[in-house]
Amino acid sequence: MKRMDRNQLAARVARDIKEGAYVNLGIGAPTLIGNYLPKDREIFLHSENGLLGMGPAPAKGQEDWDLINAGKQAVTLLAGGSYFHHGDSFAMMRGGHLDICVLGAFQVSGRGDLANWHTGEPDAIPAVGGAMDLAVGARQVFVMMDHQTKKGEAKIVERCTYPLTAVACVDRIYTDLAVLDVTDRGLCIVEMVDGLTFDELQNVTGAQLLRAA
Amino acid sequence: MIDKIKNSTAAALAEVSDGATVMIGGFGTAGMPSELIDALIARGAKDLTIVNNNAGNGEIGLAALLKAKRVKKIICSFPRQADSHHFDALYRAGEIELELVPQGNLACRIEAAGSGIGAIYTPTGFGTKLAEGKETRRIDGRDYVLEFPIRADFALIQAYRGDRWGNLTYRKTARNFGPIMARAARHTIAQVNEVVPLGALDPEVIVTPGIFVQSVVAVPGARRQS
Repeated sequence: MKRMDRNQLAARVARDIKEGAYVNLGIGAPTLIGNYLPKDREIFLHSENGLLGMGPAPAKGQEDWDLINAGKQAVTLLAGGSYFHHGDSFAMMRGGHLDICVLGAFQVSGRGDLANWHTGEPDAIPAVGGAMDLAVGARQVFVMMDHQTKKGEAKIVERCTYPLTAVACVDRIYTDLAVLDVTDRGLCIVEMVDGLTFDELQNVTGAQLLRAA
Repeated sequence: MIDKIKNSTAAALAEVSDGATVMIGGFGTAGMPSELIDALIARGAKDLTIVNNNAGNGEIGLAALLKAKRVKKIICSFPRQADSHHFDALYRAGEIELELVPQGNLACRIEAAGSGIGAIYTPTGFGTKLAEGKETRRIDGRDYVLEFPIRADFALIQAYRGDRWGNLTYRKTARNFGPIMARAARHTIAQVNEVVPLGALDPEVIVTPGIFVQSVVAVPGARRQS
Protein backbone atom coordinates (compact mmCIF):
# COMPACT_ATOMS: atom_id res chain seq x y z
CA MET A 1 0.00 0.00 0.00
CA LYS A 2 1.36 3.41 -0.96
CA ARG A 3 -0.04 6.68 0.37
CA MET A 4 -0.51 9.57 -2.03
CA ASP A 5 1.74 12.56 -1.47
CA ARG A 6 0.32 16.07 -1.44
CA ASN A 7 0.91 16.63 -5.13
CA GLN A 8 -0.69 13.32 -6.12
CA LEU A 9 -3.64 14.17 -3.92
CA ALA A 10 -3.95 17.62 -5.49
CA ALA A 11 -3.89 16.02 -8.94
CA ARG A 12 -6.60 13.55 -7.86
CA VAL A 13 -8.91 16.35 -6.67
CA ALA A 14 -8.22 18.33 -9.86
CA ARG A 15 -9.56 15.44 -11.95
CA ASP A 16 -13.01 15.92 -10.40
CA ILE A 17 -13.28 19.63 -11.26
CA LYS A 18 -15.29 20.00 -14.44
CA GLU A 19 -15.17 22.51 -17.25
CA GLY A 20 -16.97 25.71 -16.34
CA ALA A 21 -16.83 25.19 -12.57
CA TYR A 22 -16.50 28.19 -10.26
CA VAL A 23 -14.04 27.03 -7.61
CA ASN A 24 -12.45 28.36 -4.46
CA LEU A 25 -9.26 26.61 -3.37
CA GLY A 26 -8.57 27.11 0.32
CA ILE A 27 -5.22 28.34 1.57
CA GLY A 28 -2.53 25.73 2.20
CA ALA A 29 -2.51 22.36 0.45
CA PRO A 30 -5.69 22.96 -1.64
CA THR A 31 -3.85 25.78 -3.44
CA LEU A 32 -1.69 23.06 -5.08
CA ILE A 33 -4.75 21.85 -7.00
CA GLY A 34 -4.40 24.89 -9.24
CA ASN A 35 -1.19 23.38 -10.62
CA TYR A 36 -3.03 20.26 -11.80
CA LEU A 37 -6.20 21.60 -13.41
CA PRO A 38 -6.35 20.20 -16.94
CA LYS A 39 -5.27 22.85 -19.44
CA ASP A 40 -8.10 21.96 -21.81
CA ARG A 41 -10.79 22.91 -19.29
CA GLU A 42 -11.88 26.47 -18.55
CA ILE A 43 -12.26 26.60 -14.77
CA PHE A 44 -12.88 29.83 -12.87
CA LEU A 45 -10.80 30.21 -9.73
CA HIS A 46 -12.25 32.55 -7.12
CA SER A 47 -10.28 34.22 -4.36
CA GLU A 48 -12.18 35.62 -1.38
CA ASN A 49 -10.32 38.93 -1.47
CA GLY A 50 -12.14 39.96 -4.65
CA LEU A 51 -10.87 38.06 -7.65
CA LEU A 52 -12.47 35.75 -10.21
CA GLY A 53 -10.39 34.23 -13.01
CA MET A 54 -7.24 33.95 -10.94
CA GLY A 55 -4.12 32.94 -12.85
CA PRO A 56 -0.82 31.44 -11.73
CA ALA A 57 1.91 33.16 -9.73
CA PRO A 58 3.78 35.83 -11.68
CA ALA A 59 7.42 35.44 -12.68
CA LYS A 60 9.86 36.52 -10.01
CA GLY A 61 10.26 40.27 -10.06
CA GLN A 62 6.85 40.74 -11.73
CA GLU A 63 4.81 40.70 -8.50
CA ASP A 64 2.13 43.35 -8.08
CA TRP A 65 1.22 43.47 -4.38
CA ASP A 66 -2.18 44.96 -5.20
CA LEU A 67 -2.93 41.61 -6.87
CA ILE A 68 -2.83 38.85 -4.27
CA ASN A 69 -4.76 35.73 -3.30
CA ALA A 70 -6.36 34.80 0.01
CA GLY A 71 -3.01 33.47 1.22
CA LYS A 72 -1.58 36.94 0.47
CA GLN A 73 0.68 35.56 -2.25
CA ALA A 74 1.15 37.49 -5.52
CA VAL A 75 -0.99 36.07 -8.34
CA THR A 76 -2.11 37.07 -11.84
CA LEU A 77 -5.47 37.64 -13.53
CA LEU A 78 -6.50 35.69 -16.62
CA ALA A 79 -8.06 37.44 -19.63
CA GLY A 80 -11.75 37.70 -18.74
CA GLY A 81 -11.05 37.87 -15.02
CA SER A 82 -12.62 40.48 -12.75
CA TYR A 83 -12.16 42.35 -9.48
CA PHE A 84 -14.91 43.11 -6.96
CA HIS A 85 -15.38 44.18 -3.35
CA HIS A 86 -15.84 42.00 -0.30
CA GLY A 87 -19.62 42.24 -0.28
CA ASP A 88 -19.80 40.78 -3.78
CA SER A 89 -17.08 38.25 -3.07
CA PHE A 90 -18.85 36.80 -0.05
CA ALA A 91 -22.19 36.91 -1.85
CA MET A 92 -20.56 34.53 -4.34
CA MET A 93 -19.39 32.31 -1.48
CA ARG A 94 -22.38 32.42 0.84
CA GLY A 95 -25.02 32.71 -1.85
CA GLY A 96 -24.44 29.31 -3.43
CA HIS A 97 -22.74 30.65 -6.56
CA LEU A 98 -19.52 28.69 -6.20
CA ASP A 99 -19.75 25.13 -7.48
CA ILE A 100 -16.92 23.77 -5.38
CA CYS A 101 -14.68 24.79 -2.54
CA VAL A 102 -11.76 22.68 -1.39
CA LEU A 103 -10.69 23.09 2.21
CA GLY A 104 -8.13 21.57 4.52
CA ALA A 105 -9.33 20.14 7.85
CA PHE A 106 -8.30 19.12 11.34
CA GLN A 107 -11.29 16.78 11.57
CA VAL A 108 -14.38 15.74 9.60
CA SER A 109 -17.19 13.78 11.20
CA GLY A 110 -19.11 10.89 9.67
CA ARG A 111 -22.03 13.21 8.95
CA GLY A 112 -19.84 15.85 7.35
CA ASP A 113 -19.27 18.28 10.21
CA LEU A 114 -16.07 20.20 9.53
CA ALA A 115 -13.45 21.46 12.01
CA ASN A 116 -10.68 23.43 10.35
CA TRP A 117 -10.29 26.84 11.97
CA HIS A 118 -9.25 26.46 15.57
CA THR A 119 -7.47 23.83 17.62
CA GLY A 120 -9.44 24.86 20.69
CA GLU A 121 -6.26 25.07 22.77
CA PRO A 122 -6.67 27.77 25.41
CA ASP A 123 -3.56 29.73 24.41
CA ALA A 124 -4.22 29.54 20.65
CA ILE A 125 -5.19 32.81 18.98
CA PRO A 126 -8.32 32.05 16.96
CA ALA A 127 -8.57 33.13 13.32
CA VAL A 128 -11.44 32.14 11.09
CA GLY A 129 -11.18 34.16 7.87
CA GLY A 130 -13.56 32.96 5.18
CA ALA A 131 -13.65 29.27 6.15
CA MET A 132 -17.13 29.33 7.71
CA ASP A 133 -18.60 31.18 4.73
CA LEU A 134 -17.14 28.74 2.23
CA ALA A 135 -18.25 25.74 4.25
CA VAL A 136 -21.89 26.84 4.42
CA GLY A 137 -22.07 28.49 1.03
CA ALA A 138 -20.39 26.48 -1.73
CA ARG A 139 -22.64 23.99 -3.50
CA GLN A 140 -20.11 21.23 -2.96
CA VAL A 141 -17.57 21.21 -0.15
CA PHE A 142 -14.52 19.02 -0.70
CA VAL A 143 -12.01 18.37 2.05
CA MET A 144 -8.42 17.54 1.19
CA MET A 145 -6.32 16.25 4.08
CA ASP A 146 -4.13 13.47 5.45
CA HIS A 147 -6.16 10.52 6.64
CA GLN A 148 -4.46 10.62 10.05
CA THR A 149 -2.57 13.16 12.14
CA LYS A 150 1.20 12.96 12.33
CA LYS A 151 0.71 11.06 15.60
CA GLY A 152 -1.48 8.52 13.81
CA GLU A 153 -4.85 9.66 15.18
CA ALA A 154 -7.90 9.44 12.95
CA LYS A 155 -8.98 12.76 11.43
CA ILE A 156 -12.27 11.29 10.24
CA VAL A 157 -14.19 10.90 13.48
CA GLU A 158 -17.61 10.04 14.85
CA ARG A 159 -17.90 13.51 16.42
CA CYS A 160 -15.47 16.39 16.01
CA THR A 161 -13.63 17.30 19.22
CA TYR A 162 -12.20 20.49 17.70
CA PRO A 163 -14.45 23.56 17.38
CA LEU A 164 -16.72 23.28 14.35
CA THR A 165 -16.43 25.38 11.21
CA ALA A 166 -19.88 24.32 9.98
CA VAL A 167 -22.41 21.56 10.58
CA ALA A 168 -22.96 18.73 8.07
CA CYS A 169 -21.38 20.68 5.21
CA VAL A 170 -18.78 18.32 3.71
CA ASP A 171 -19.73 16.38 0.57
CA ARG A 172 -16.52 14.56 -0.26
CA ILE A 173 -13.24 13.81 1.53
CA TYR A 174 -9.96 13.24 -0.32
CA THR A 175 -7.18 11.78 1.80
CA ASP A 176 -3.81 10.22 1.14
CA LEU A 177 -5.54 6.84 1.48
CA ALA A 178 -9.04 7.15 0.03
CA VAL A 179 -11.84 9.19 -1.48
CA LEU A 180 -15.04 9.13 0.60
CA ASP A 181 -18.49 10.53 -0.02
CA VAL A 182 -20.60 11.82 2.86
CA THR A 183 -24.07 10.40 2.15
CA ASP A 184 -27.37 10.15 4.01
CA ARG A 185 -26.48 6.52 4.74
CA GLY A 186 -22.99 7.36 6.02
CA LEU A 187 -19.43 7.57 4.74
CA CYS A 188 -19.19 5.74 1.45
CA ILE A 189 -15.87 4.63 -0.05
CA VAL A 190 -15.42 5.89 -3.60
CA GLU A 191 -11.88 4.61 -4.02
CA MET A 192 -8.84 3.53 -2.05
CA VAL A 193 -5.12 3.53 -2.89
CA ASP A 194 -3.87 0.29 -4.40
CA GLY A 195 -3.23 -2.51 -1.95
CA LEU A 196 -5.37 -1.09 0.87
CA THR A 197 -8.18 -3.26 2.22
CA PHE A 198 -11.52 -2.12 3.64
CA ASP A 199 -10.53 -3.35 7.11
CA GLU A 200 -7.22 -1.53 7.02
CA LEU A 201 -8.96 1.71 6.06
CA GLN A 202 -11.66 1.21 8.68
CA ASN A 203 -8.94 0.71 11.29
CA VAL A 204 -7.53 4.18 10.75
CA THR A 205 -10.94 5.85 10.43
CA GLY A 206 -12.93 6.98 13.45
CA ALA A 207 -16.35 6.74 11.80
CA GLN A 208 -18.12 3.75 10.27
CA LEU A 209 -17.34 3.25 6.57
CA LEU A 210 -19.61 1.78 3.92
CA ARG A 211 -18.26 -0.27 1.04
CA ALA A 212 -18.48 1.21 -2.44
CA ALA A 213 -22.01 0.89 -3.77
CA MET B 1 -17.57 74.88 -4.74
CA ILE B 2 -17.46 71.48 -3.09
CA ASP B 3 -13.92 70.30 -2.54
CA LYS B 4 -13.34 67.19 -0.41
CA ILE B 5 -9.61 67.16 -1.14
CA LYS B 6 -7.44 67.61 1.96
CA ASN B 7 -3.91 68.94 1.71
CA SER B 8 -2.39 66.40 4.08
CA THR B 9 -3.18 63.15 5.80
CA ALA B 10 -3.01 65.03 9.11
CA ALA B 11 -5.71 67.45 7.93
CA ALA B 12 -7.84 64.53 6.74
CA LEU B 13 -7.67 62.88 10.20
CA ALA B 14 -8.22 66.09 12.22
CA GLU B 15 -11.65 65.05 13.53
CA VAL B 16 -10.72 61.61 14.90
CA SER B 17 -10.90 61.64 18.68
CA ASP B 18 -10.39 59.22 21.58
CA GLY B 19 -12.82 56.33 21.74
CA ALA B 20 -13.77 56.46 18.05
CA THR B 21 -14.71 53.38 16.05
CA VAL B 22 -12.54 53.35 12.95
CA MET B 23 -12.85 50.99 10.00
CA ILE B 24 -9.62 50.39 8.15
CA GLY B 25 -9.70 48.90 4.67
CA GLY B 26 -7.30 46.32 3.34
CA PHE B 27 -6.76 42.61 3.16
CA GLY B 28 -3.31 42.03 4.57
CA THR B 29 -1.42 44.99 3.15
CA ALA B 30 -3.33 45.21 -0.18
CA GLY B 31 -5.59 48.23 0.14
CA MET B 32 -4.33 49.09 3.60
CA PRO B 33 -4.21 52.90 3.90
CA SER B 34 -0.85 52.93 5.68
CA GLU B 35 -0.21 56.65 5.31
CA LEU B 36 -3.60 57.47 6.86
CA ILE B 37 -2.80 55.10 9.71
CA ASP B 38 0.54 56.85 10.20
CA ALA B 39 -1.38 60.12 10.50
CA LEU B 40 -3.80 58.49 12.96
CA ILE B 41 -0.85 57.42 15.11
CA ALA B 42 0.60 60.92 14.92
CA ARG B 43 -2.76 62.39 15.91
CA GLY B 44 -2.60 60.43 19.16
CA ALA B 45 -6.23 59.33 19.40
CA LYS B 46 -6.53 56.39 21.80
CA ASP B 47 -9.03 53.81 23.08
CA LEU B 48 -9.99 53.17 19.48
CA THR B 49 -12.17 50.33 18.25
CA ILE B 50 -10.73 49.13 14.96
CA VAL B 51 -12.55 47.14 12.28
CA ASN B 52 -10.27 45.41 9.78
CA ASN B 53 -10.01 41.96 8.25
CA ASN B 54 -6.69 41.29 9.99
CA ALA B 55 -4.77 42.54 12.98
CA GLY B 56 -1.70 44.03 11.38
CA ASN B 57 1.25 42.72 9.40
CA GLY B 58 4.90 43.32 10.25
CA GLU B 59 5.68 46.80 11.48
CA ILE B 60 3.68 49.13 9.27
CA GLY B 61 0.12 50.44 9.16
CA LEU B 62 -2.28 48.72 11.54
CA ALA B 63 0.58 46.81 13.19
CA ALA B 64 2.22 50.12 14.09
CA LEU B 65 -1.08 51.47 15.48
CA LEU B 66 -1.41 48.38 17.68
CA LYS B 67 2.20 48.65 18.80
CA ALA B 68 1.52 52.26 19.85
CA LYS B 69 -1.25 50.87 22.14
CA ARG B 70 -4.01 53.05 20.75
CA VAL B 71 -6.45 50.22 20.20
CA LYS B 72 -8.88 49.05 22.88
CA LYS B 73 -10.76 46.56 20.76
CA ILE B 74 -10.39 45.00 17.34
CA ILE B 75 -13.15 43.44 15.26
CA CYS B 76 -11.64 41.19 12.61
CA SER B 77 -11.76 37.77 10.96
CA PHE B 78 -8.15 36.68 10.75
CA PRO B 79 -5.87 38.17 13.41
CA ARG B 80 -3.31 35.38 13.59
CA GLN B 81 -0.77 35.49 10.80
CA ALA B 82 2.92 34.75 10.48
CA ASP B 83 3.74 38.45 10.93
CA SER B 84 1.05 39.56 13.42
CA HIS B 85 3.43 39.61 16.39
CA HIS B 86 2.31 42.98 17.73
CA PHE B 87 -1.29 41.85 17.97
CA ASP B 88 -0.27 38.45 19.36
CA ALA B 89 1.69 40.07 22.20
CA LEU B 90 -1.13 42.45 23.16
CA TYR B 91 -3.70 39.65 23.02
CA ARG B 92 -1.66 37.28 25.17
CA ALA B 93 -1.07 40.10 27.68
CA GLY B 94 -4.83 40.75 27.83
CA GLU B 95 -4.32 44.31 26.62
CA ILE B 96 -6.69 44.17 23.67
CA GLU B 97 -10.24 42.93 23.23
CA LEU B 98 -10.88 40.72 20.19
CA GLU B 99 -14.26 40.23 18.51
CA LEU B 100 -13.66 37.46 16.00
CA VAL B 101 -16.13 37.55 13.10
CA PRO B 102 -16.25 35.20 10.09
CA GLN B 103 -15.09 37.23 7.12
CA GLY B 104 -18.37 37.09 5.22
CA ASN B 105 -20.31 38.09 8.33
CA LEU B 106 -17.89 40.96 8.79
CA ALA B 107 -18.60 42.04 5.20
CA CYS B 108 -22.36 41.73 5.41
CA ARG B 109 -22.59 43.36 8.85
CA ILE B 110 -20.65 46.30 7.39
CA GLU B 111 -22.93 46.27 4.34
CA ALA B 112 -26.00 46.21 6.59
CA ALA B 113 -24.78 49.30 8.43
CA GLY B 114 -24.17 51.17 5.19
CA SER B 115 -27.50 50.13 3.71
CA GLY B 116 -29.68 50.99 6.69
CA ILE B 117 -30.56 47.38 7.47
CA GLY B 118 -31.38 46.64 11.11
CA ALA B 119 -29.94 43.13 11.31
CA ILE B 120 -29.26 40.11 9.15
CA TYR B 121 -29.88 36.39 9.35
CA THR B 122 -26.73 34.69 8.08
CA PRO B 123 -26.06 30.95 7.70
CA THR B 124 -22.37 31.45 8.41
CA GLY B 125 -21.32 30.38 11.88
CA PHE B 126 -24.48 28.46 12.75
CA GLY B 127 -23.72 25.64 15.18
CA THR B 128 -20.24 26.99 15.99
CA LYS B 129 -18.60 28.75 18.92
CA LEU B 130 -18.90 32.06 17.09
CA ALA B 131 -22.69 31.85 17.24
CA GLU B 132 -22.96 30.83 20.90
CA GLY B 133 -25.65 32.77 22.73
CA LYS B 134 -26.94 34.36 19.54
CA GLU B 135 -30.52 34.22 18.33
CA THR B 136 -31.10 31.69 15.55
CA ARG B 137 -33.95 31.05 13.20
CA ARG B 138 -34.86 28.35 10.70
CA ILE B 139 -36.08 29.81 7.42
CA ASP B 140 -37.19 27.51 4.58
CA GLY B 141 -35.43 24.58 6.23
CA ARG B 142 -32.10 26.30 6.70
CA ASP B 143 -30.58 27.58 9.93
CA TYR B 144 -29.45 31.18 10.36
CA VAL B 145 -27.82 33.33 13.04
CA LEU B 146 -28.99 36.86 13.81
CA GLU B 147 -26.14 39.35 13.45
CA PHE B 148 -26.18 43.12 13.86
CA PRO B 149 -24.65 45.88 11.75
CA ILE B 150 -21.15 47.18 12.34
CA ARG B 151 -21.03 50.92 11.85
CA ALA B 152 -18.19 53.32 12.43
CA ASP B 153 -17.39 56.94 13.12
CA PHE B 154 -14.63 56.90 10.50
CA ALA B 155 -13.47 54.70 7.66
CA LEU B 156 -9.91 54.96 6.38
CA ILE B 157 -9.55 53.39 2.96
CA GLN B 158 -7.09 53.25 0.10
CA ALA B 159 -8.40 53.87 -3.41
CA TYR B 160 -6.59 54.47 -6.69
CA ARG B 161 -8.03 57.63 -8.20
CA GLY B 162 -10.37 60.18 -6.69
CA ASP B 163 -11.84 63.56 -7.53
CA ARG B 164 -12.95 66.54 -5.46
CA TRP B 165 -16.49 65.22 -5.13
CA GLY B 166 -15.13 62.02 -3.55
CA ASN B 167 -15.76 59.65 -6.45
CA LEU B 168 -13.35 56.72 -6.29
CA THR B 169 -11.87 53.94 -8.36
CA TYR B 170 -9.69 51.17 -6.98
CA ARG B 171 -6.78 49.07 -8.14
CA LYS B 172 -7.01 45.27 -8.48
CA THR B 173 -7.53 43.35 -5.20
CA ALA B 174 -6.73 46.47 -3.18
CA ARG B 175 -10.46 47.22 -3.57
CA ASN B 176 -11.57 44.58 -1.01
CA PHE B 177 -13.33 46.27 1.95
CA GLY B 178 -13.02 49.85 0.65
CA PRO B 179 -16.41 50.27 -1.04
CA ILE B 180 -18.44 48.68 1.76
CA MET B 181 -16.60 50.46 4.58
CA ALA B 182 -17.04 53.80 2.79
CA ARG B 183 -20.80 53.31 3.13
CA ALA B 184 -20.77 52.20 6.76
CA ALA B 185 -18.92 55.12 8.32
CA ARG B 186 -20.19 58.56 9.20
CA HIS B 187 -16.97 60.05 7.83
CA THR B 188 -14.96 58.24 5.16
CA ILE B 189 -11.42 59.32 4.37
CA ALA B 190 -9.82 57.93 1.22
CA GLN B 191 -6.15 58.11 0.39
CA VAL B 192 -5.71 57.92 -3.37
CA ASN B 193 -2.67 57.48 -5.56
CA GLU B 194 -3.87 60.29 -7.75
CA VAL B 195 -6.40 63.11 -7.54
CA VAL B 196 -7.95 63.76 -10.95
CA PRO B 197 -10.11 66.65 -12.20
CA LEU B 198 -13.87 66.38 -11.94
CA GLY B 199 -15.14 64.54 -15.01
CA ALA B 200 -11.91 62.63 -15.58
CA LEU B 201 -13.27 59.44 -14.03
CA ASP B 202 -15.53 57.54 -16.41
CA PRO B 203 -18.93 57.55 -14.64
CA GLU B 204 -19.43 53.97 -15.86
CA VAL B 205 -16.47 52.75 -13.83
CA ILE B 206 -16.73 54.80 -10.64
CA VAL B 207 -16.91 52.15 -7.91
CA THR B 208 -17.64 54.36 -4.92
CA PRO B 209 -19.81 57.42 -5.69
CA GLY B 210 -18.81 60.54 -3.81
CA ILE B 211 -21.88 60.55 -1.56
CA PHE B 212 -20.12 57.89 0.53
CA VAL B 213 -16.86 59.83 0.87
CA GLN B 214 -16.18 62.94 2.96
CA SER B 215 -12.42 63.46 2.54
CA VAL B 216 -9.85 62.59 -0.12
CA VAL B 217 -6.11 62.96 0.22
CA ALA B 218 -3.46 62.27 -2.40
CA VAL B 219 -0.69 59.85 -1.42
CA PRO B 220 1.21 59.25 -4.66
CA GLY B 221 3.14 56.05 -5.09
CA ALA B 222 1.45 54.22 -2.22
CA ARG B 223 1.67 50.80 -3.83
CA ARG B 224 2.19 47.98 -1.41
CA GLN B 225 5.05 45.64 -0.94
CA SER B 226 4.55 42.20 0.56
